Amino acid sequence: MNLESSKHAIIRLFNVTKRYGAKMALNDVSVDIQPGEFIFISGPSGAGKSTLLKVLYLAEKVSEGQILINGMNLARISSAKLPLLRRRFGMVFQDFKLIPGRTVFENVALVLEVAGEKPAYIRKKVMHVLRTTGMEKKANALPPTLSGGEQQRVAVARAVVGDPDIILADEPTGSLDHASAKLVLDFLMAYHKNGATILLASHNLHLLESMVRGRNIELEQGQLVKTSTLL
Amino acid sequence: MIRYIKKALADIRSNRFLNLITIVTISLSILVVSLFLLFFENASRVIEGWNQGGRAMIYLTPAFSPEMLPDLEARIKTLGEVEEMRFISKSRALERLKDEMTGNTGFFETLKENPLPHALEIRMNTHGDFQQMKAFAEKIAALEMVESVEYGQGWLARFLKIFSLFRITGYAMCGLFLLIALFITANTVRLAFYSRRLEIEIMRLVGATQGFIKTPFYVEGLLQGFLGGVLGLLILLAAFFTVSSGISRNLSAYVYLDIRFLSVRAMGIILLASTFLGWFGCYLSLKQILK
Repeated sequence: MNLESSKHAIIRLFNVTKRYGAKMALNDVSVDIQPGEFIFISGPSGAGKSTLLKVLYLAEKVSEGQILINGMNLARISSAKLPLLRRRFGMVFQDFKLIPGRTVFENVALVLEVAGEKPAYIRKKVMHVLRTTGMEKKANALPPTLSGGEQQRVAVARAVVGDPDIILADEPTGSLDHASAKLVLDFLMAYHKNGATILLASHNLHLLESMVRGRNIELEQGQLVKTSTLL
Repeated sequence: MIRYIKKALADIRSNRFLNLITIVTISLSILVVSLFLLFFENASRVIEGWNQGGRAMIYLTPAFSPEMLPDLEARIKTLGEVEEMRFISKSRALERLKDEMTGNTGFFETLKENPLPHALEIRMNTHGDFQQMKAFAEKIAALEMVESVEYGQGWLARFLKIFSLFRITGYAMCGLFLLIALFITANTVRLAFYSRRLEIEIMRLVGATQGFIKTPFYVEGLLQGFLGGVLGLLILLAAFFTVSSGISRNLSAYVYLDIRFLSVRAMGIILLASTFLGWFGCYLSLKQILK
C-alpha cells in the first residue's frame, strides 16, 4: 500500500474476514479507498460484493480484521453513534427498499427527518433532488404505483438527499432495463463529479465499463482477486 | 414533538381496526374499574350518611347528676376530637319519646318515675373511619358515670365487613381487567411493530436513532390509553345518568341515598391511569422486541 495515499484514505479495510458459519463470505480483504473515488465491486454471484457493503454500513459485523471510515474504527462504534455513521452514507439497493405506504416525497424526506432537519428545509431540499432525478411530478405517488426504474430513481434521490460523502450502491441496476439502468448510473456519476466517493457492487461489469470510469475491485469467493482501472 | 404526534396519528389511521380494538378494550377495562370506583365512592358516602357522620349516644348511669356535666364533657374532649356535644336530660328524653309516640300517651301515664337515663349526644370527628370511631367509643364507655355508648356498632360493623370483602373483590377484578388491557395494548404495539418491520429497517439504514423509531409508538400508546379512558368514562357517565335517576326516584323515600358521579379528582386519576397503561404496554413490548 502506498503510505501517502493510505493516510488520506476515506475507507480502509485491513484483513477483513466475514464468516457465516462455515461459509467464508469475505476472506482477508484489505483495500484503501480515496475520497472522491468511483469504486466498482465486481464478481460473480456469491463473491462477497454485498457482504463487503454490509460490513461497511454495519448491517453485519466483521469476523476478523478492522475497518476505518475517515479514521473511525467501526469495531469501536457504540450503538448510540451508529445512526450518525449511517447518516454519512447514502445507500441504494437492488430491491429499492422504499416504504410502500409512504409517498415518494416522504420516502426521500425520511433521511432528513431522522437527521432532525426543519420541515421547510426538508421540503425545499427533497423537491430539488426529485427535480434533478426527474421524479418531481411523482412526489405524491406511492412506490408500488411506480415502475422499477422510477423506484430506483427515488431510491437514488433518497441516497443523495442528505449530501453524504459516501454512496454505497448494491446492484442498483440489477433489476432494471438498459435505459433505466443508464439513467440511474448517469445520476450517480453526476453526484460523483461533485466529489462523493461511490462504491457500486454489480455483477454486470460490461454495462459499467461502457459508461463510467473508476477503479474495479474484483472479488471471487470472498477474496480480492484483482484491482484494475476502468477507463 | 408535533412531527411524532402527526406520525402516530397517521399510524393509527393506517391501522384503524387494530387501534380501534385496543381503544375499545382499554375503554371496557376502564369502564369496569370506574364502575367499582363509582360504587365504592357512593357506598362510602351512603354509609357515612347512615352513620350520621360519627354520631353516638352516651347513656349515663343513674348516679349522674347534671352538675357533673362540665367535668364529664371536659374528660370526653380529652379522649378525641368532638365536633358537637349536646346534653339530653332524662326529662327531655322522655318528652322526645312522648313526641315520637303520639297516640300512646296512656302508657306514659302508668309510669311511676322516668325510666330513661341522662344522655349525651356527640358527633365524633373520625373521618368516617369505623375503627377509629370504635376505639373512641370504647374509651368513652370506660369513663366513670358512663353506662354505655351506642353508635350503631352491631349492624354497621357487620355491614362494613361485607363491604370490605366486596372492596377486596373489586380491587382484584380491577387489577385483572387492567392486566388484560395491558396485555392487549402490548400485543397491539407488537403487531403494529411487525407490520412496519420494513419501514423500521429502512429507518435504521438511513440513520434513525432508537428514540426516533420508538417515539411514535409511545405517542400511539399514550393516545390509545387516553382515548380508551375517555371512552370508558363517557360510557359510564351515560349509564350513570340512565340508572341513577331511577334508583333515586324509587329508593330515596325509604333509605338515605346521595348518589353522585365520580369526583373530578377520581376522573383525573382514571385518565392518568389509562394513559399510563397505554404507555406501559408499549414500553413492555418495545423493550422485548428491541432488546
